[in-house]
Amino acid sequence: MSMTEDSQTPEASTPVETLTTETTPKMIGRDVSVFYADKQALFDVDIDIVEKEVTALIGPSGCGKSTFLRCMNRMNDVIEGCSVTGTISMDDGDIYDPKVDVVQLRARVGMVFQKPNPFPKSIYENVAYGPRIHGLAANKAEMDAIVESSLRRASLWEEVKDRLEQPGTGLSGGQQQRLCIARAIAVEPEVILMDEPCSALDPIATARIEELIHELRENFTIVIVTHSMQQAARVSQKTAFFHLGNLVEYGETEVLFTNPSDERTQGYITGRFG
Amino acid sequence: MTDATVPNDPAAPVRDAEGIAAAVQKSLKKRYARETRFKLYGVAAIGFALAVLVLLFFTIISNGYTAFVQTKVQLPIDLAQSEIDPDGSGDPEVIGKANYRSLVFNAMRGEFPSVSGRTNRRALTGLLSSGADFELREAVLADPSLIGGVRQVWLTMSDDADVFIKGRSTDVDLADGRGRVSLFDESGVVTVTSGEDDFAQALTDVKDALAEQAVRAENEAARRQGSIALFTAALNENPSEEKAAELREDLERTRAEIIDFEARAADLRDRAAAAGGEEAMDSSMPSYFAVVNGGVVKATSVSANSLTGEVILPLDSLDPAAAGDWRVLSLETPEESRRVKDNQAVWLWTLQQEGKVETKFNTTFFTAGDSREPEQAGIWGAAVGSFWTLLVTLLLSFPIGVMAAVYLEEFAPKNRWTDLVEVNINNLAAVPSIVFGLLGLAMFLNVFGLPRSAPLVGGMVLTLMTLPTIIIASRAALKSVPPSIREAALGMGASRLQAMTHHVLPLALPGMLTGTIIGMAQALGETAPLLMIGMVAFIVDIPGGMTDPATVLPVQIFLWADAPERAFVERTSAAIMVLLGFLILMNLTAVLLRKKFETRW
Amino acid sequence: MNLAILLAAVLLLALYSYALGRGRALGQTTGHPSELHSRPGYYGTYTALWSVIPALLVIAIWLMAEGVIVEGLVVASLPQAQQDLPNAQLGLLLNDIRNVASGAFSAEQAEPFVRAAAERYNGLRLTSFIGMAAIAVLLAVIGLYWARRAIDPGLRARNAVERIVMVFLVAASTIAIFTTVGIVLSLLFEAWRFFSQVPFYEFLFGLQWSPQIALRADQVGSSGAFGAVPIFAGTLLISFIAMVVAVPVGLMSAIYMAEYATPKFRSFVKPLLEVLAGIPTVVYGFFAALTVAPQIRGFGESFGLDVASESALAAGLVMGIMIIPFVSSLSDDVISAVPRSLREGSYGMGATKSETIVRVILPAALPGIVGSILLAVSRAIGETMIVVMAAGLAANLTANPFQAVTTVTVQIVTLLVGDQEFDSPKTLAAFALGLVLFFITLCLNVIALHVVRKYREQYD
Repeated sequence: MSMTEDSQTPEASTPVETLTTETTPKMIGRDVSVFYADKQALFDVDIDIVEKEVTALIGPSGCGKSTFLRCMNRMNDVIEGCSVTGTISMDDGDIYDPKVDVVQLRARVGMVFQKPNPFPKSIYENVAYGPRIHGLAANKAEMDAIVESSLRRASLWEEVKDRLEQPGTGLSGGQQQRLCIARAIAVEPEVILMDEPCSALDPIATARIEELIHELRENFTIVIVTHSMQQAARVSQKTAFFHLGNLVEYGETEVLFTNPSDERTQGYITGRFG
Repeated sequence: MTDATVPNDPAAPVRDAEGIAAAVQKSLKKRYARETRFKLYGVAAIGFALAVLVLLFFTIISNGYTAFVQTKVQLPIDLAQSEIDPDGSGDPEVIGKANYRSLVFNAMRGEFPSVSGRTNRRALTGLLSSGADFELREAVLADPSLIGGVRQVWLTMSDDADVFIKGRSTDVDLADGRGRVSLFDESGVVTVTSGEDDFAQALTDVKDALAEQAVRAENEAARRQGSIALFTAALNENPSEEKAAELREDLERTRAEIIDFEARAADLRDRAAAAGGEEAMDSSMPSYFAVVNGGVVKATSVSANSLTGEVILPLDSLDPAAAGDWRVLSLETPEESRRVKDNQAVWLWTLQQEGKVETKFNTTFFTAGDSREPEQAGIWGAAVGSFWTLLVTLLLSFPIGVMAAVYLEEFAPKNRWTDLVEVNINNLAAVPSIVFGLLGLAMFLNVFGLPRSAPLVGGMVLTLMTLPTIIIASRAALKSVPPSIREAALGMGASRLQAMTHHVLPLALPGMLTGTIIGMAQALGETAPLLMIGMVAFIVDIPGGMTDPATVLPVQIFLWADAPERAFVERTSAAIMVLLGFLILMNLTAVLLRKKFETRW
Repeated sequence: MNLAILLAAVLLLALYSYALGRGRALGQTTGHPSELHSRPGYYGTYTALWSVIPALLVIAIWLMAEGVIVEGLVVASLPQAQQDLPNAQLGLLLNDIRNVASGAFSAEQAEPFVRAAAERYNGLRLTSFIGMAAIAVLLAVIGLYWARRAIDPGLRARNAVERIVMVFLVAASTIAIFTTVGIVLSLLFEAWRFFSQVPFYEFLFGLQWSPQIALRADQVGSSGAFGAVPIFAGTLLISFIAMVVAVPVGLMSAIYMAEYATPKFRSFVKPLLEVLAGIPTVVYGFFAALTVAPQIRGFGESFGLDVASESALAAGLVMGIMIIPFVSSLSDDVISAVPRSLREGSYGMGATKSETIVRVILPAALPGIVGSILLAVSRAIGETMIVVMAAGLAANLTANPFQAVTTVTVQIVTLLVGDQEFDSPKTLAAFALGLVLFFITLCLNVIALHVVRKYREQYD
């Protein structure tokens, strides 16, 4: 999917920013620890997520990367017996402040999951879901516009424009995942969290999603958890390496992969464990 | 952020971060209100279900707990040697043939020597259970040493007396007299005049009743107005001469009646409205009595400070009585709407005051079979019937259920036939139970000629009904045994059947038992199919085996629930308590069994 | 009693055969049981099965056939006048004979030919029993002898025993099929007899139901009316009321239990709801008749409504309460089966819980919920005791819930409890109603079970 195909949508006309400008942190985590019942899953994580960049969280299974991701839009609230300490702030407001409303927060921090999970509804209704519950469209025309632009930005429009009324579950795996991305961006979140979005997909579908992530970076801050170091290297500007619940190393992707400062990182990226 | 908004396009969505945040913010209040409301519906639904549960238990228990006691009367019975065993033979045959009925009746009459006249004496002995003489006979037969002297014997009272003593027939109120009363007897009609307005409440009750009667009379009059309209309309349609005469006559009569009713209504209304005065009482009003000088006077007319009426229990004297030395007894329910009449109530009340009437633990209820008389009816017959029926069910359904489950789960090839069997089992689990009754009637009774009303047939029908439950539970239990155990046994050279019986079955047994107990509980509470095969007959005897006519607990409940006697209501409720007790016990056993043997592989 | 002795004898013989077979098998070895193909116990069981199964089979078949044959012989011996009696009266006569024979009726009061028949009846039964006992014991002994002879170390006793056990297992598993076949056959047979007296279309479309048949032909209204429409309508009305109560309450409580309740609340409330499900229907019937119906009547009258004391509303309401736990536990399962990922997808968009439930979970669970509601409807239609105790007997064609209506199950019970004559349409009508009931609930069940299964497969 190339940019020119989307050239008629306004966002494509925005000038591409140069890659490594002076960065402003979009979200800041300080001393973030997570407990499941008595078990501590995350230890004092400090991290700055940079606006309009892709941050990859890597590490071996069970290292706490997904746990941290789910802290960023408080999806852990749903889990029984889970508690979070420390602060995660977004644009200078602590998202764990009791005054903060999760519903509002999640409208600003969207999420895409490991397995594509389209609702058992039509493609149109899947994308319209967010705007509908948040009351973002005043009428059908507005909703149509939102759905179309979201699908276009998820590079799915051309494939589904003739069958918007068909169930979203009928699409292929890669299409389903792009539908989920379209669903997430339909509410114009500021940050999109992606939890191993390609782990259930074949290489071709994966490549398309990665391409899409690259495009979305222009407008959204993206945090992606991935198992694949190659993927992290391909799509991200910043990479954070987690190990046993600790944030071991965090920095420019290129630096981290070529010249890691911690030997655990070294060990992981050279394949000695993981 | 992308700048997607084309400012001139009215259909353009809100596309900037602030706009979206504001829109979300704006929607929040409404959404959270909806959330709360939704959650409230859930709580309300659960609350409703639980409230009904509580109401149900409350109804059953509050209606039923009194059935566990039975009203008995202590009578001094003259068990003279000459009456019972004149020859002193001690032969049970002779002793059993004595006229206990007259002994009991005489003892009862002895308590109230003043009662005279056939009707009254009948009413008096009617307070005893019709089985009281058998009770005495059994007592004497059990202990012949009672013969030869006057013995104090506790005898069962009739259901009406029982209901009255338990306070379920009418509220009984007793008030101390506040004024000094003087008594005046005029040829058997006694007037009790108090210095205070001791009978004001009675007078109020009477006036309330009068007002009600007035309303009824007015309604009658209004109804006849309707008839008049009909007659008039008929007359206007030019009927034949003969018919017209008839109609005119009807019209005339009805008009007279209306005048009559209206006059009565007006009179009643005036009397009800007037303050004070003296009013006559009848059986549609609450009953009032003056208890004075060791006797009881029933009010037939009252004023605020005097009561006139007939003597029910004779007074010792007509001397004036001081305040506090006499009392006003009242029965709130009018005489015409209760089974215990005023004189019977007074007798019962007197016996109760003397400590001769008491409620004692109701052994009959737990040891007797069914009876037409509530005070002689018990659940033992039905309980034994339930036992036999369940025994048959268990003996048939457990082995068959387990064998079927073992085959389907472990040995059956996956083909059309086993699919059919499976669909069948699932369907049978949802077939209405009454259909199984029809099957039992048509097959077991009519084709095979098995006996009606027998626990054997009942058990067979219930077996067919509970089999699906047991099979499904047993299969689940077998499924939960990990294949590794089978493989281990097979690897040792055991045949599949050996692996099954030696290893898998013992591990699955607790689960199978749990399912069986739950199936048995279902069978214990089942009624409808048993009605079809005649287990609904009135059976007094305790069944002694699987082919004797019998009934079961739920059917007994059904039969009693239909009985008109008030005393059966509490017995029905009590039988339900017993049945629920058994069911809870069985389910608890199942839960404990599951907890104890629950293994996570 | 005699039968019990005979059975005990056969079983004793079986025990003896077991010992004999086991002993003989061991006796043919040099003292090492491992020389045998199977464990010694299998040889015992093999012998025992050979001796007991034929004997028991003979007893079972004999007992089934005996009644008909003996009665036939007794009837044949009756005076010609009695033999020519119509079937119903002959049946009564046979009953008398049986009663006299068993001593339940005094023989002295019976007519001479009845007494003679009773004696003959007893004689025949005795002969029959002796014959049966003799043949059964003989077969047992022959089986024992045969099996004993067959025993040698090479005999695959275990395989033989296992084959027989397998036959039992298969037989047990086919009982479900036989039950269904039995239900269908007995209903069809009796219903067919009914439809040979009452036209099919009159039953299905007739608006008049009064099944009372006059005893004498010359009585007024000697033929009953068998139009079942009012009954079907009544059944539907009561079931509808029940569903109006049960579906919202059951569904909402299931939603609350599955989505909102804390585990502690769940573990406390769920068993209580199950208590509601475990209460026998006769108790609900009593509750409906004693408490609910008078309350509704009083409530209605306070608004000036004319409420029947056996109103459809009371029966339907209580039936609905009975069905609440049924709907709730089925829906709870269905809702819990909706995958977590769908919930998270919705929460991740910033949806509230209720929005997630209403817009995502319920649509996803819809087929399963529809299936459980269908099962609940089938249950409501087939429920008997509540309506027998709390609904009316008269077949009114009305949609007014304050009036008394009757249902299919009530009619079946009323028609079949009490005296039955198996050639009167009044009695047979019950089977026709039963057939309709079975057919409708069967359809509902099949559809519902299919829908639910498909639904489960979707998310497994």
